[in-house]
This record gives sequence, structure tokens and C-alpha cells, in this order.
Amino acid sequence: MEIVKKIINGDRRAAAKLITLAENDFDKAEDILKELYSYTGNALVIGITGPPGAGKSTITDKLTKSLRKQGKTVGIIAIDPTSPFTGGALLGDRIRMQDLSTDPGVFIRSMGTRGHLGGLSQVTQAAVKILDALGKEVIFIETVGVGQAEVDIVKVADTVVLITMPGMGDDIQIIKAGIMEIGDIFVVNKADKEGCERLITEIEMMLDLNQNGQWRPPVLKTIATSDFGIQELEREIKHHLEYLKESGELEQRRRESAKKEIFDIIQEKWKEILADSVSNEFLNEIVTKVVKRDEDPYTAVKKISDILMYSYTQGGKK
Amino acid sequence: MKAKKIRVLVAKPGLDGHDRGAKVVARALRDAGMEVIYTGLRQTPRQIVETAIQEDVNVIGLSILSGAHTHLFPEIMRLLKENKAEDIIVIAGGVIPEEDIPELKKVGIAEIFTPGTDTRDIINFIKEKVK
Amino acid sequence: MFDKNEIKKIKQLREQWENSTIKKTLERFPERKDKFVSGSGEEVDRLYAPDNLEDFDYFKDLNFPGEYPYTRGVQPTMYRGRLWTMRQYAGFGTAEESNKRYKYLLTQGQTGLSIAFDLPTQIGYDSDHPMSLGEVGKVGVAIDSLKDMETLFDGIPLDRVSTSMTINAPAAVLLAMYIAVAEKQGVSPDKLKGTIQNDILKEYIARGTYIFPPYPSMRLITNIFEFCSKEMPSWNAISISGYHIREAGATAIQEVAFTLADGIAYVEAAIKSGLKVDDFAPRLSFFFNAHNDLLEEVAKFRAARRLWARIMKERFGAKNKKSLMLRFHTQTAGCTLTAQQPDNNIIRVTIQALAAVLGGTQSLHTNSRDEALALPAEDSVRIALRTQQIIAYESGVTETIDPLAGSYYIEVLTKNIEEQALKYIEKIDKLGGAPRAIEKGFIQQEIQNSAYQYQKEIEEGKRIVVGVNKFQIKEETPKGLLRVDPEVGRRQVEKLRELKETRDNQKVKVSLSALGRAAKTDANLIPFILDCVKSYVTLGEICDVLRSEFGEYKESIKL
Repeated sequence: MEIVKKIINGDRRAAAKLITLAENDFDKAEDILKELYSYTGNALVIGITGPPGAGKSTITDKLTKSLRKQGKTVGIIAIDPTSPFTGGALLGDRIRMQDLSTDPGVFIRSMGTRGHLGGLSQVTQAAVKILDALGKEVIFIETVGVGQAEVDIVKVADTVVLITMPGMGDDIQIIKAGIMEIGDIFVVNKADKEGCERLITEIEMMLDLNQNGQWRPPVLKTIATSDFGIQELEREIKHHLEYLKESGELEQRRRESAKKEIFDIIQEKWKEILADSVSNEFLNEIVTKVVKRDEDPYTAVKKISDILMYSYTQGGKK
Repeated sequence: MKAKKIRVLVAKPGLDGHDRGAKVVARALRDAGMEVIYTGLRQTPRQIVETAIQEDVNVIGLSILSGAHTHLFPEIMRLLKENKAEDIIVIAGGVIPEEDIPELKKVGIAEIFTPGTDTRDIINFIKEKVK
Repeated sequence: MFDKNEIKKIKQLREQWENSTIKKTLERFPERKDKFVSGSGEEVDRLYAPDNLEDFDYFKDLNFPGEYPYTRGVQPTMYRGRLWTMRQYAGFGTAEESNKRYKYLLTQGQTGLSIAFDLPTQIGYDSDHPMSLGEVGKVGVAIDSLKDMETLFDGIPLDRVSTSMTINAPAAVLLAMYIAVAEKQGVSPDKLKGTIQNDILKEYIARGTYIFPPYPSMRLITNIFEFCSKEMPSWNAISISGYHIREAGATAIQEVAFTLADGIAYVEAAIKSGLKVDDFAPRLSFFFNAHNDLLEEVAKFRAARRLWARIMKERFGAKNKKSLMLRFHTQTAGCTLTAQQPDNNIIRVTIQALAAVLGGTQSLHTNSRDEALALPAEDSVRIALRTQQIIAYESGVTETIDPLAGSYYIEVLTKNIEEQALKYIEKIDKLGGAPRAIEKGFIQQEIQNSAYQYQKEIEEGKRIVVGVNKFQIKEETPKGLLRVDPEVGRRQVEKLRELKETRDNQKVKVSLSALGRAAKTDANLIPFILDCVKSYVTLGEICDVLRSEFGEYKESIKL
């Protein structure tokens, strides 16, 4: 396929266009992604997440610059929320990565969540593959870690760096509530601010309580704007990668990730088949019956499933 | 899964720091349901074109008030061509004298929105062009 | 000030009036709008009377001109003694061309100079830097070295003219060049009168010509404070600017709040660096915007003066009367100028200039009618200057001091602006002061919200802009706009090459490395920069040394 050839030969425009296609019309992108798949699997994928304003973009920027000095090529996927009211999004992560935009060894792509959170991780996985095939050796996925949905996206990474900062008030609660367990490395950025030591102690305590597995996440201090702590963060990322390889967890994680991707796609597909083959009127009718106790929900599901199976096997949908 | 969105790069080429207009337009486009990539101040033509390619935008919106448009806009258009990205629609706004407009359109700027423009006109223009 | 019983009576009768007369009138003739708002979007009542000013205290709130809290003006006789300085911001192209424009303005009766530098100069790039391409000489004059500065002031006696320089990130360099030019004219620094803008915080907030991060920038600023307090007693070491904050979309209240919050940050930084408040505070000056809402703007200037005096006295314990006085320059609001029917701008500027004068400004720039289209042409600049002269000599508003004082509306507005600005300042204090609030994007976000709101109101027709969303006509393309000669950049680069060949490059090296070493310590950098400029080190070379020591600022945008 022409476009696949272009991408593996490093054509940025072709890669960018395929990401757009995956965002806009996944089914169409699928045929290309199928062929692209054999050229992927080489990149190291690093997830960067944390509350808004913690310094994720700045840290990504600094890590990228350091990797570039070592001759490594980098891809960055920066995800920002889409407004649920207007459907639009302001994607501003590049502002902190301005110096990288003309570096031929770096490719940055901003994405809005577009309200399809289930599909988002599917699109993100596709974007990772495209940048991988484009030849990027390290790929960052940067996303605001505020909810489970966003957390799911970074879960596909080999290493997840969770960034926070002192003085964010309740954000430590958010971290506690949902995303604590996904962090492989913890970073307290803006470490020159008041409350840094206290925050570190709190995180350490939480980690001690949640200890499960061989890897005990380190807690690092950084001041990203002045490069403080970036080298150490890089060392820890390498360290974690070595651990993943030696312990066999890398294999395990990639299995999990593949499994998740397969299930994500199945879910999305069936949702679409549902939308395509069962009319709203019909659905409403059934719902009315269930509410009136004319029918039970289990029989209703059976009926709908039969329709789905029929339209699937009759080639109504791929 | 289908969710097509118009993607727009709002960029400030040159050195001037007056970004009120750029930011107001960026917000208005977002509120019209578009995905807006905002790059901040002091962007070189090369940065703008490279960003537009990576982000695969449909439209580039340039804002400039310093008078350097006569130099910077043609350079941006040249780089787009060099990268075979002439299909990206380029629009511009800011302090741009009426008499410069024909020349800028000749190098490929699709439309110039001068001070006092209603943001809805910009939105409509983009929606009309990107189909 | 008002008698308690009197207020009670007014309240009662007002209620009656509202319930009978007004109600009946409204039934027959409804008002034009459901809600009346000021230029800043604050709700305006139908009528103001003494009952809106129950706690008003003449001595506490107003007092006499030249007396604390200076609401009525900083000088005891105001414009009866001396008119404000008419100071038109100008500069474009090369130093030669700008020098000609300054001489023209001085012969036309302008009383002070105001230098506009081009963007490369403002951001510390020489004219031959790749980022300077297309920008040299465009929005101001290009200055690369002392050579250009000598040309710029050729034949202008610096002991007799006062000069304001709009320069911020590299303020120290341009100030040093000014001192060096004066020295060559035989004028010592203590004789120099004028202002250097030197206000980096508003660059991060609104104007965008920053170079270094906040900490080293604040150091350069306090270095200038210290140097001026010793060597330049008649020089304003900073012009804390609300002008650009307003231009970026802030309301009148936000303009006062964010400007004074910046002011507080500078005072705190100077005190922290070891200066005594009364040593530098008398040399702080301010710079405000004059927008369209005449009465709200007048009140804004009065509120700013009162609030600053109270802050300096109560918060910083300043004793010197001069430390308490908010002296300010005003420029009419560039953002109100329309490209449509540009002659209408003359009237807008007149109203705005009147607000500045009724508000007691110390100096004034009036915008030219064609500035939404291009740099102003000479005849447009003349009309703008004449506008000031007509206000000064024909309007009569200069014959008595603070003529609007005691107007119920003006005093209510003054009080509201002060109170609400103070609330903002308290919020900024809680965030850790202006630099932190900027870093967090709080101030920028507040301004952006106001700007977006303003634009939406225009588009929804809730706010009328004559000639733009009402009373439009079909227009011809305007002719005769000022063009900067595209050759300016090339000529400037040529001059630079010549300079680098003819100057003593050994001296250049020595003074630059001395500056680099000093930057690593906490020494005052002004003497080192002075040495550099006198050796004809270029602006870009000096800034590059400082860039490598200090690093560069990256904006943090929230939209």
C-alpha cells in the first residue's frame, strides 16, 4: 500500500494524515493499520500523566531534548479534553515544546478526547503504531490524569510516569482515588515550592500501603523549568525498562495491552453494529415494554442479540 | 467510529506579542466545535509549517500586528509548497493594510480578516472551505 | 459628609419617585435596554444621589489636591500650575528617520519625547538576527548599538527634553545607551529627566516582549531602581503599566488591580534586595489606558491614585509624601480604534483624552486616527497632538482642579473600582503575589475571559461600535498610509557590519566577559552594561551573554 510505504520511509505528512483518518473514521483507517502492523512493536512507550498544571508538557519537552542528544527519535501524542458542550477543543500542549517543532527527529501530535473515550484509547493505540512505524524510537503519551477514562489511555504504555506538584490542594485525593496504582515512577515537580517534602512523604506512605509486586515506584523531585531532576528521571525510566525486561513483566504488559486493544475494538464494533442494525424506535419500544413489565430485560437482550448476530453474519457489517 | 472535526492551527508569526485577537479567535473556533492548536508567540515560518503538517490541520490562521506580514506570509506559503502541503487553507488577520491584500492573496492566502471582523464570519468561512 | 436624616429622607423620597413617577413613565416609555452597563460591563443605576454615598468622608476619601490620599491629584495646583506633558509615542525605521520625526514633533509644540523601539530591539536581537527578518524598523526605531542611539538624539539637547522609553526586557541596556549619549553631549546622569518602562511583569501578562525568566528579570529591574536612586534623581526608574493589560481585554477594575499588584511585586522585590522604600518609591511611575467610557475612566484614575497611596502607606509604611503619590502617563486606547471610517477615531480619542485630563494625568499620548490600519502618517499625528492642545487651551476643563469631584456617580464609581480592585489584589496575595499569579496563568485567564466577553457582546449587538456593527457604510481603500521603507533592514544590517569592523573588538570582548562574570554574582549589573555600551558592544551581544546566564522565559498559556 502506497501510504504504508510512505510512512515507513519517514513521510511525516502521510503519518499525520493516517492519524487523522483514525480519529475521523476508524473503519477506513483499519485497512491501512492492518498492513502497518508488521512494522510496529519497536518503540518504547512512556505514559506521562497527572493533574492539570503539574508540568507534564515541560517534563516531556525536557526528556525529549535529552533523548535527542543521545540520538534517539521521539514521538509525542498530547491529549487534551474536548469540551462536552461545544465539541471543540483547545490543544495547547505544544506551547511548551516550541523548540521541538522543527526538529526532524521529533513528531508531535495533539489530540482532543472527542467524547468517545472508549474509542479514544483505540485511536491512541493506532497513533502510537503510526509513529512507531514512522521510526520513532521513544513515544510519549501525555494526558491529563483526572479520571479513569484518561487513565485507561496511558495504561497501554510500558512505563507510566505520574507527575504532581505541591500546593494543588485536593489533587492528592484524586491521585489516591483512582490513578495511584498505574504509576511506575512518581514525580513531584516544582519541587522548590512549599509543601514538597510533605507531599513526598504522603506519596511514599501511600505506596507503602499499596505495595503489590516487585517494583516499588520511586518518588523523584524535579524542577522541570530549570532541568533539575530530569537526568534522574531519565535514569529511573531506563531502570524501570530493565526491570520490565528482566522480570518478564514487559511481555506481560504487552499482552495486557494487546488484549485491551482487542476488547476495546470489539466493544466499539458491536456498539456500532448495534447502532446500525437496531433502530432507535425499536429500542424505545423494547424499553417501554420492559418498563411496563410486559417483558423482562433478559429476554429483550436476547432479542436484540439475535438481530445483531443476524446482521453480523449476513454481512451487514464487517 | 466516526467523529470528523475541523482542525485549525492558530499561530502568531513574527515577534509581536499582541495575542488578544489570536486568543479570542481560538476560543471562538473552539466554541464552534473545532479543534484548535495554539502555538504561542514568536513562531518562525518553519515552525508554523512543520506544526501544521504534524497536526494535519485543515486551516492555518495567522495573526500579526507588527507589519512583518509582507515578509513572513510569503515565506510560510513557500514552505507549504515545498512540503507539498498547499492544500492547507491559510487565513490571516491583524493590522494588515488593505493595499497589501491583493499581493498576499496572490501568494495563496485564502482570506484576510481585518480589525472589526465578526468571529462568526471567520467560522463560516472555514466551514464553507473545509468540506 | 451627608447628614444622616437627610440621607434617610432622600431614600424615602427616591423610593416614592421610583414607585410613582418612574413606574408610570416606564409604562408609557420603556427604557432603551433592560440593563445598563459601563464600558467595563459593570451595571449602572438609573440615578445616583447622596444615599449611594452614605459613608462618604471628604477628608478620608478625597482631601485636597496634593494631600493624602491624593484622590484629587498629586500636585496642589494641578493644571493651573503646569499642563500635562504632551508626549506622542513615535519611532520607526532607522535612527535617522526617527530623529527627524522627533524634531518635527518638538517644533509642533510637543513637550516630551517618547521612543518606540522596533521588536528586535525590544526582544534583544540585533538587526541581523534571523528572528529579526521582516521586523527591523517596523513598529519602532531599530537600535543595535550606541552608534544608533547617538544618531537618534542628534541635535536634541538631553538636559532640556524629557524622554520616555518603551523598553522592558533590555531596559538596562537602552538606559545605559541613553546615559552614554548624554555624557557625550556633556550632560551628567543627574540632569536627565524621563522614564524607562522597565515593567517586565506586564510583558508576561499582556505584551509579550519578554526575554528572561521572572527571577533574573526582577533582578535587572531592582538593579535599575538602585542605580537611579543614586545617580538619576529625576528619572522614573519604572513605568508600571496597565495600558497593555487593558489593551489585552481587561476591564477598568482589572486594569487597576493587576497594575497595582505588579507595583506591589516591584516594591517587595526592591525591599528584599535591600533598598529602603522611601529611597526608590518616589521614582515609581505608572502608565494607564484611557478607554471610551468617559466617567468610568475618570473614576478609574482617581481610584488608582487613592488605592496606591493607601497601599504604600499602610502596607509598606512609606513616609515620604512622594512615595505615596501615583503619578501616571496615559495613552488613549488603541484597541478602540476602528479600521472602518477611521476619521471617527478622532472623536474617540478626544473623549478618551478628556478622561485622562479630568482624571489628572501627568502626561498623555493621543492615538492617531489611522493606527488600526498602519503606523500613523504625519498629518494624523498632528491632529492627535492638536486634540490635546484643544483640550488644554480651549475646553476649559484645565481651569480648576478635579472638576468632577463630588458628582455622585463619579464618587460611587471611584469607590467601586477601588473596592473591587482591592478584592483582586487580595486574591493575588493569596496566590503568592503577582509573579506567582502570572505563572499560574490566573491573571492572563481573567483578562482573556473579559476579552472574549467583550467580543461576544459586540457580535451579539449588545455593545455598539459605531461604523463596525452599526452605521456602516461602503468605504474606499484608505490611501497615504505610512510605509516603512523595506530597505531599512538591509541598511541596518550594513551599519552593523561596519560597526563590528571598526570598533575596538578587544574592548568588546573584555567588557562582555566582565558582564558575564558579574551576572553570576549578585552585583548590580548596570555599571557593567554601561561599560559594554560605551565600547560599542551591540544590544544583541549583551542580551546573548545574559541569555546564556539567565535562560529564556517560555510563556505558560491557558486559554
